[in-house]
Amino acid sequence: MNNRAFFQGIRDGLPICLGYFSVSFAFGMTCVISGFPLWAAVLTSLSNVTSAGQFAGVNLILADGAYVELAVTTLIINIRYFLMSLSMSQKVDPSVKLWQRLLISFGITDEIFAVSMQHPGTLKPPYMAGLLLTPIAGWTLGTFCGGAITSLIPPALSSALGIALYGMFIAIVIPPARKEKPILFTVVFAILLSCVFTYAPFLKQLSGGWGIILVTVIVSAVAAVLFPVKTPDEENL
Amino acid sequence: MNGDYFMTTSKILTSIAVMAVMTYCIRVLPMAIFRKKIQNRFVQSFLAYVPYAVLSAMTFPAIFSCTDSTASAAAGCAAAVILAYLGKSLLTVAVGASVVVYLVQLFLVF
Repeated sequence: MNNRAFFQGIRDGLPICLGYFSVSFAFGMTCVISGFPLWAAVLTSLSNVTSAGQFAGVNLILADGAYVELAVTTLIINIRYFLMSLSMSQKVDPSVKLWQRLLISFGITDEIFAVSMQHPGTLKPPYMAGLLLTPIAGWTLGTFCGGAITSLIPPALSSALGIALYGMFIAIVIPPARKEKPILFTVVFAILLSCVFTYAPFLKQLSGGWGIILVTVIVSAVAAVLFPVKTPDEENL
Repeated sequence: MNGDYFMTTSKILTSIAVMAVMTYCIRVLPMAIFRKKIQNRFVQSFLAYVPYAVLSAMTFPAIFSCTDSTASAAAGCAAAVILAYLGKSLLTVAVGASVVVYLVQLFLVF
């Protein structure tokens, strides 16, 4: 019975695992190209299991950002998990013990959240163990493979790969911006404001990390006022 | 993005720990302590837009100074935007932008 739930979790996690492998492959690649060691990239993936959060974090580490900047940036980018964790906590089976909740929390990502909220019935540990295992394995292994392969690339080519991380950001942002006007607004507004913070007198004296934090808060707040989203409760449960 | 001199092992480990602990706290607090849902629509909307705002702000204008010349960076950026618009995967967009930068740099040398 428990075994079946575990393997169901593994099976549901497999598509996420494959998607994660290709994304973290790109992450491992760009880390090594930018001078972030392979072991550190793998450790980051294994201990963080976030996409945007760890991309931004590594970017900041490479720019020699302060720990406070790193902490606040991580907080702001990943604060959405707080919301997902809140929703998931309502769906976790009442029999689940605290230590099991502590373990399940580690694997809350956009995709794992989405799949577990579609899972019929309450969430139980065997299923969640399977659902977390495959994506986390794929995420970590992809980082290693991407980074390891990059070490073999000649230096002339690797200088051109400096743009890879930004290319990845663009690939994350553009497709949803194409489909949804509010996201397009958010992207364009953030770009404009970020340019202001980079070039305008006084403002440009802010360190890059803080500028980005301010831009993020201002732009997201304005977008939230102009385009309120539908709450998840209105859609399901 | 080249600064190996400040990246000591202990600094890297501390940085990764800062990120990991912060991320875990965000995930674990609601699950372990709170059992209430956020009903506030503003907060929910705000959180939905954060990832797009932060990635856009990090990319622009920084992308234009991430290679040897602004011209090659601009070409790579244009390639990335086009590939992303066509719905290509993250890896394809990242590699495509890099190839364009490489080609433009080769071209600028001659």
